[in-house]
Amino acid sequence: MLWIAWKMLIGNRVKYLGIVFGVVFAALLIAQQSSIFCGLMFLTVSQIRDVEGPGIWVMDPNVQFIDDIKPLPDTDLFRVKGVSGVEWAVRFYKGLARARMEQGEFHQMILLGIDDATLVGAPEGIFMGSLADLRKPHAVLLDDAGYKQIWPGEPYILGRVFEMNDRRAVVVGITKASRTFQTFPIVYTLYSRAVLFAPPERKVLSFVLAQPRPGLNATAVCQEITAQTGLQALTREAFMQKTIRHFLAKTGIPVNFAITVLLGFIVGTAIAGQTFYLFTVENIKQFGALKAMGTSNWTILVMVLAQAMQVGAIGYGLGVGLAALFGWGSRGFTKLAFFMPWQVLAITAVAVFFIVVLASLLSIRRVLVVDPAIVFRG
Amino acid sequence: MTTDQPRPNNALPSDVAVHVRGVTKDFGTGGSLTKALRGVDLDVPYGEMLILAGPSGCGKTTLVSIVAGTLAPTDGDVVVLGKNLIAMPNRLKVRFRRDNVGFVFQSYNLLPALTAAENAAVPLLIAGWRRARAVEAASEVLDTLGLGDRLTRLPTELSGGQQQRVAIARAIVHQPRLLVCDEPTSALDAKNGRITMELIARIAVQPDRAVIVVTHDSRVYSFADRIALMEDGRIESVEAGMHQAHPANPA
Ligand SMILES: Nc1ncnc2c1ncn2[C@@H]1O[C@H](COP(=O)(O)OP(=O)(O)O)[C@@H](O)[C@H]1O
Ligand SMILES: [Mg+2]
Repeated sequence: MLWIAWKMLIGNRVKYLGIVFGVVFAALLIAQQSSIFCGLMFLTVSQIRDVEGPGIWVMDPNVQFIDDIKPLPDTDLFRVKGVSGVEWAVRFYKGLARARMEQGEFHQMILLGIDDATLVGAPEGIFMGSLADLRKPHAVLLDDAGYKQIWPGEPYILGRVFEMNDRRAVVVGITKASRTFQTFPIVYTLYSRAVLFAPPERKVLSFVLAQPRPGLNATAVCQEITAQTGLQALTREAFMQKTIRHFLAKTGIPVNFAITVLLGFIVGTAIAGQTFYLFTVENIKQFGALKAMGTSNWTILVMVLAQAMQVGAIGYGLGVGLAALFGWGSRGFTKLAFFMPWQVLAITAVAVFFIVVLASLLSIRRVLVVDPAIVFRG
Repeated sequence: MTTDQPRPNNALPSDVAVHVRGVTKDFGTGGSLTKALRGVDLDVPYGEMLILAGPSGCGKTTLVSIVAGTLAPTDGDVVVLGKNLIAMPNRLKVRFRRDNVGFVFQSYNLLPALTAAENAAVPLLIAGWRRARAVEAASEVLDTLGLGDRLTRLPTELSGGQQQRVAIARAIVHQPRLLVCDEPTSALDAKNGRITMELIARIAVQPDRAVIVVTHDSRVYSFADRIALMEDGRIESVEAGMHQAHPANPA
């Protein structure tokens, strides 16, 4: 009987496309908006993600998110090193610096300073030049997106020079870096050089990056650090979560996306539901005939639900596919963040499921009450 | 069989397929009350084709709907194939129709998305047959009705007469013991109406099956064993039809 239901559904080409359109519309909007939302959230933690080695970030107790820099005194590095669960710990500088280019124009840049001795915190995606060259005088690495932003349309050339805080910086390498929320160029250099590039301040140590001793639980070591130093210590994942929670709570971003997603849900349900109902009404004599011939209400219910699930599956596939295509197509030439983790697919699937169930409710009611005797009426 | 009878003392003759006594049916209430049936008595024995005739609006469709188990009467006794339909819960009526009743409707009521063979197979599918077997069995029936070369056509690709023959195949494919046809020829021209009635008389009428055909087309009376004339919610008379036996019916 299920294939009869499907044939009925597909047989009515116009209505079928109408219902599928409603579901595709909703699925596309929900998946696309959720992906952009996830992309934005992903951007906010990109600088935590890019530091892959150490498992623990130590910072001022009042820091709320990655860009919320509250410098520590240099001595805090040694206090963290003194905690028994800590295998090693290094300094990490993060700040904003103004760079003066050869032609005299200024660029705001994200300045990252990695440990001079170990280079912990260095970017992974260097594709021109080498990390070792960072030890040369004045050497910095620049991210490729930043390079294109500063010198648009120009080929990658090593050895280009600019000034920060009246000090020479020489580009010795170009690296991939995850895009950030702020979309400024990212400059990597040694910690000792970074603090010279930065505007002079009394305290300069942004973060201490630490690694727990092998076999120790990172969260437990964080608690140990906090207990002994009074600093805030978070695992890499916990710091990402804290940063995302900050953006969720302190910005209107989630509300805006929630409204769009809700709109997609409502409009999709309305289109799909109305067309599905019209489809059912158009076929009511067919359902009546099936009932007269001895089809139980239960089977009729299953048939309508099967029809709903069919359009749900098709609409979901198309909608999510289109959303993915959109994300893929927009990666090159727009600044839109787009990230479609499995959670987006799952949320969209659940939403589509509810859409088609809601959309079929009216239809189900209609077919269940239909009197089989109607088939005898002209 | 005994448990379903309304009056055990007054046992029905076992050759009666349809037993209707004192059946009334009211539609609506108050000012809009319609007395569609005003006390109908009717017996249809097995092996018989009964034609139910009468002017439009006299209650023919209402009566066959009650007999087929798709409509409940307001009052009266209805025993069909030994089952008391009055006492039967809805759930069992659905099953009763599935197992025992074949329908031919005035407007064919074929499913437009299904082929001829698939349409004819629907009662078997409802009964739980596998698709391939059901379609195969339905194809054989269509073949005997002269539609062997139209099996994969959609209803829209068939003429009215052909569609009605598909409907007849659908009505008999599951070997029901009661066949109910409501104005099967009224949408057809004279020739196709004749062919349709011939097919019903030749193939559907069987010794263990009762056939009721509603019509107001007097040209097809000749196919009936008996003709019941209805008037204003009552059966006025029952006459013998011209059709006496079924010589061309080897079962
Ligand atoms: N569902 C219904 N609601 C109200 N009135 C009905 C309904 N079905 C039939 N009737 C009325 O009952 C009477 C008998 O109808 P019907 O059995 O269809 O007659 P026939 O089939 O002989 O033309 C008519 O007056 C018709 O208007
Ligand atoms: Mg009628």
